[in-house]
Amino acid sequence: MQLSIGKPFMLTALAMLCGGLVLGLWASIYYIAPEYAGRFPGFEALRPMHVSSIMFWILLGATGSVYCALQQLVGGWMSKPAAQAQWALWAIAIGGIFFSYLNRSFGGREYWEFSPAWALPIALAWLLFLVNFARAARRIQRWPVYVWMWMTGIVFFLFAFAENYLWLLPYFREHFVTDTAIQWKVNGSLVGSWNQLIYGTSFYLMERINKNAGIGRSRLAFAMYFLGLFNLMFNWGHHIYTVPTPEYLRYTGYLVSMTEWVFFLRILYNWKSSVSQAQKYYHYFPYRFLMAADLWVFLNLGQAILMSIPALNLYTHGTHVTVAHAMGTTIGINSMILFAACFEFLGGGQRAFLAGNRLLNATYRTAQLALLVFWLSLNAAGVQKGMWQMAPDPAPFRVMMDGLKPWFWAFAGAGAVLATALLVLAGGALQAAWRAAPGAAAAEEALGNRAARESQRV
Amino acid sequence: MKPLHFFLLLSLAFLTFSFSIYLQPAIEAPAGSTDTALAAQGRLVWQKYNCQSCHQLYGLGGYLGPDLTNVYSAPGKGEAYIRAFLKAGVAPMPVFDLPEEEAAQLAAFLKAADASGSASPRDFIILPTGMTKRK
Ligand code: HEC
Ligand code: HEM
Ligand code: HEM
Repeated sequence: MQLSIGKPFMLTALAMLCGGLVLGLWASIYYIAPEYAGRFPGFEALRPMHVSSIMFWILLGATGSVYCALQQLVGGWMSKPAAQAQWALWAIAIGGIFFSYLNRSFGGREYWEFSPAWALPIALAWLLFLVNFARAARRIQRWPVYVWMWMTGIVFFLFAFAENYLWLLPYFREHFVTDTAIQWKVNGSLVGSWNQLIYGTSFYLMERINKNAGIGRSRLAFAMYFLGLFNLMFNWGHHIYTVPTPEYLRYTGYLVSMTEWVFFLRILYNWKSSVSQAQKYYHYFPYRFLMAADLWVFLNLGQAILMSIPALNLYTHGTHVTVAHAMGTTIGINSMILFAACFEFLGGGQRAFLAGNRLLNATYRTAQLALLVFWLSLNAAGVQKGMWQMAPDPAPFRVMMDGLKPWFWAFAGAGAVLATALLVLAGGALQAAWRAAPGAAAAEEALGNRAARESQRV
Repeated sequence: MKPLHFFLLLSLAFLTFSFSIYLQPAIEAPAGSTDTALAAQGRLVWQKYNCQSCHQLYGLGGYLGPDLTNVYSAPGKGEAYIRAFLKAGVAPMPVFDLPEEEAAQLAAFLKAADASGSASPRDFIILPTGMTKRK
């Protein structure tokens, strides 16, 4: 099956991930030994470079995954030139954004700290995505739930991304509270939108692995989708409990967030999935990464729901508990699913090679363990800061930060291991892509047989 | 009910909710006696130098530096203190040598942020429902 439309997006996404990991690691040095971190480009440029790279990994990876899946579903109904133009617009935006960061030209908001001019090519690229999606989706009879999720992700991203620039109008900017509320409404919806793209992909992959087309059309699947959509629209009040917004916004955020208990309990209820051994082997890494994502959903969702209770949020807000949540979810959930998609779509015929690869298997486990330490140390730092910010007579900021140093060392150390592991896994995905390329098939066959024998011994 | 109907219904509710928020500035008068136009310019200065990569307003932003929502009215701090901090820089905060115009706009922005309320979690009480409320 030709996946020529989606693959360039996935490869670019992997490159953004690799860059983002190195930049994050560099930024973490400011926490433990700022004197060694260097003056250039400085934390104020490294943080946006890290976060933007990571955002682009997620958005481009999701775009590529949806394209690959649509190509598998309906074949050649999408426009390749439109997809190429979409890719080119992204390339222009990414080039411009990193160039301006390096020149310390900012001007945007958190997560989108570049000049609003660069948002234009991104918005245009997204419009082309919508057009291509519509062409493919028209060919699909009675949409399974994941097609709904992709549609939702694409449409709502576009809406929220436009809303993200309302601050350009003085009408909004002159009103600090409303402006802040809208900014976090936007951030909540953007996260929700890319989650729709990625969860949809996860659903699609699971259906392929299980060879069971029924699950994508079940009532339960649709109920879960609508609950997710409901949260995308209305749960963002949990970001701004301390901002003096009208009361109904905060209550809406609180009440809607609590509906996530349904997801949480459902995970507890059917933990074991019913995938056969043969299928697991056939989709070796895709399956394993989806299982990892399940575990991380469990941990992060538990934490996120607790953070959404205003009484607890008072302690965690503005602390590294939020960072633990932000990175815990984007790494543990989004990136794990994207890795599954990379191995499935890019590594197509390389299952035997991958399953028998000792390095990749060990690295996979190391990544999960490092992420756990990374997540726990950020949480510990956050809780300690939370106690400080609620104490009646707090020490000065600098003294408090010095007290968090041990946790920051653990964070940076685990981060180094995690970054290395993820780089190796990205390398594995690229290697599999290379081997799956036309012409490499014969060589793969020979190696694959050996690898399969080896993996049976394990 | 078909998925499409459900989707449209939710989307309608979402749009209504969104527009009710967009209209808020038109309904409410801006807080305090701040110069809103100057403060709105100051918001752009704040973004131009990416203060948000290290600092928070109402707990939102980067985490390397302290929250600045109420630095304008904090005892012993205030506008002169902010200006001095920008000129001196304290590791890891770099020196920001802003032109006078930008410094004034930034100060107006921080003044407006401060006038909007207290960001300190200590100024909240916890209700039996788990909700919090400004003291
Ligand atoms: C690289 C990170 C970084 C950037 C960027 C940054 N700061 Fe800071 N800033 C800090 C740190 C860290 C402190 C705390 C220093 C200390 O207490 O020793 C601080 C302290 C301050 C203080 C004193 C706060 C207090 O309560 O005593 C002010 C005011 C301030 N910064 C304003 C700004 C403004 C305005 C900008 C943007 C033009 C900015 N900072 C950009 C890191 C940064
Ligand atoms: C796939 C891997 C990663 C993803 C998806 C990711 C994602 C993110 C996100 C979303 C943020 C913003 C956090 C917030 O605003 O609360 C962030 C910040 C940050 N990340 Fe990562 N990250 C990754 C890997 C790493 C690694 C390996 C390190 C190295 C230790 C690292 C260090 C940092 C630092 C220092 C910040 C800034 C925190 C601050 O504001 O002070 N990240 N990352
Ligand atoms: C994969 C899913 C998710 C992702 C990728 C994600 C991502 C993020 C990010 C990046 C932030 C940081 C914003 C900032 O810089 O302040 C954040 C904050 C937050 N998230 Fe999530 N999130 C997810 C799911 C959830 C869920 C399901 C809930 C609640 C039920 C939740 C509750 C919160 C809360 C309460 C905050 C605000 C913390 C604070 O500032 O006090 N998140 N999330």
